[in-house]
Amino acid sequence: MNPRRSDAIVIGGGLVGAAIALGLRDHGLDTVLLDEGDIAHRASRGNFGLVWVQSKGLGAPWYQRWTRGSAGEWPALAADLATRTGLDLALQQPGGVHLCLSEEEFEDRAGRMARMQAEAGNHGFDYRMIRAPELRDMLPGLGPSVVGASFTPYDGHASPLALLQALHRAFVAQGGAYVPEAKVTAATAAPHDFGVETPAGAFAAPRIVLAAGLGNAELAPRFGLAAPVRPQRGQVLVTERARPVLPMPTTTVRQTGEGTIMLGDSMEEVGFDIRQSPPVMAEIARRAALSFPWVGDLSIVRAWSALRVMAPDGLPIYDQSERFPGAFTANCHSGVTLAGAHARMLAPMIAAGALDPMLDPFTARRFDVPRAA
Amino acid sequence: MFRARPDARPATIPVIVEGAEILVPEGASAAAAVLLAGLDAIRETPVTGSPRLPLCQMGVCFDCLATIDGVPNRQACMVPVAPGMRIARQHGARESGA
Repeated sequence: MNPRRSDAIVIGGGLVGAAIALGLRDHGLDTVLLDEGDIAHRASRGNFGLVWVQSKGLGAPWYQRWTRGSAGEWPALAADLATRTGLDLALQQPGGVHLCLSEEEFEDRAGRMARMQAEAGNHGFDYRMIRAPELRDMLPGLGPSVVGASFTPYDGHASPLALLQALHRAFVAQGGAYVPEAKVTAATAAPHDFGVETPAGAFAAPRIVLAAGLGNAELAPRFGLAAPVRPQRGQVLVTERARPVLPMPTTTVRQTGEGTIMLGDSMEEVGFDIRQSPPVMAEIARRAALSFPWVGDLSIVRAWSALRVMAPDGLPIYDQSERFPGAFTANCHSGVTLAGAHARMLAPMIAAGALDPMLDPFTARRFDVPRAA
Repeated sequence: MFRARPDARPATIPVIVEGAEILVPEGASAAAAVLLAGLDAIRETPVTGSPRLPLCQMGVCFDCLATIDGVPNRQACMVPVAPGMRIARQHGARESGA
């Protein structure tokens, strides 16, 4: 059987793969996007929807810069996708806050933000630690337990489902080939010469991008790459729709464009278990009600859990294979936040055949370095 | 799992739908009261403002959201009537109380 030949294959139809595939297509590459079926873990469909900068990259200023760069690309990405697909991604970037419910949390947060600013150096990092009295004027109905918050002007939120749909629609409209039910079952690798087999057919290309989320852990070694990612469970609660009340998102509470309030940001190390757990759901609700007591009057209408794609240090992984040039990995747990960077910064690098040195710190080789004695 | 449909019952419970009192059978849902009252809509959707009446009658579609005894966003099909219950039209999304 002759494989379908193209300029590039992207494995993974989630937010990361779809953003890269669209970027490659926009650079004129004949691109095939291979997606799994409905049994895929689909982190992209459980996402909270923050376009979030302020807590990313403590001790890793290159991650802070990459994230901020992506947030900076988001307005153009959203406008471009709206023009091409008619979909409103509900992007809002009014800045965001991380609420602190005790003096200890506030002091800890203040220390982290100060370190982030110091590490940012000449790139700058605008933030403010805001005490409760001023915060009450910014956020209606703030609870008495809130002692303060950190604020940065870079943060925002968007609809992750609209983003995923828009990326897919734009990719296909641009002539990209989307192939569902195409889990990779076999692969061959040589420099600039890759082949994969799937239930939906065989494919070959001189470039291949592994963007299969948790699936990358198993795929990467076949291409001379490494992606030591693990699942980290997050749970989300969603209330009934209410009139717009929250003018900006917080780390754990945001009001969507449709009016629902999303509550989340739990983190659990439970492997591939995607069940929900009442104690964690209760803790999410408890903290939300402490932050905004009026949330307690709203009914919860949906709840789910999903699996983040986490590297050992929580940062993204980007690599080009040394053994098989032309094979790239892209792994992260922030497919929404980093969509701007993936479509408009990373994809052009892959199209050109080399990752920019700014991405050097994101190589998975960082995990090979022996710990200093 | 299945029960025979009960015989038609007399309308004996007074409820107030959009300010007008009507009588409905005991055990009926607030959604049934809305339909018996002959309203053209019980709410408008938050997103497009499209008018809605109760549809699925089994707690799934949320088209019957109404303000019942002052509480917004109640699924009228899941609420049994009680004497004097006030069922009112809901315009768009509820207030959040913030």
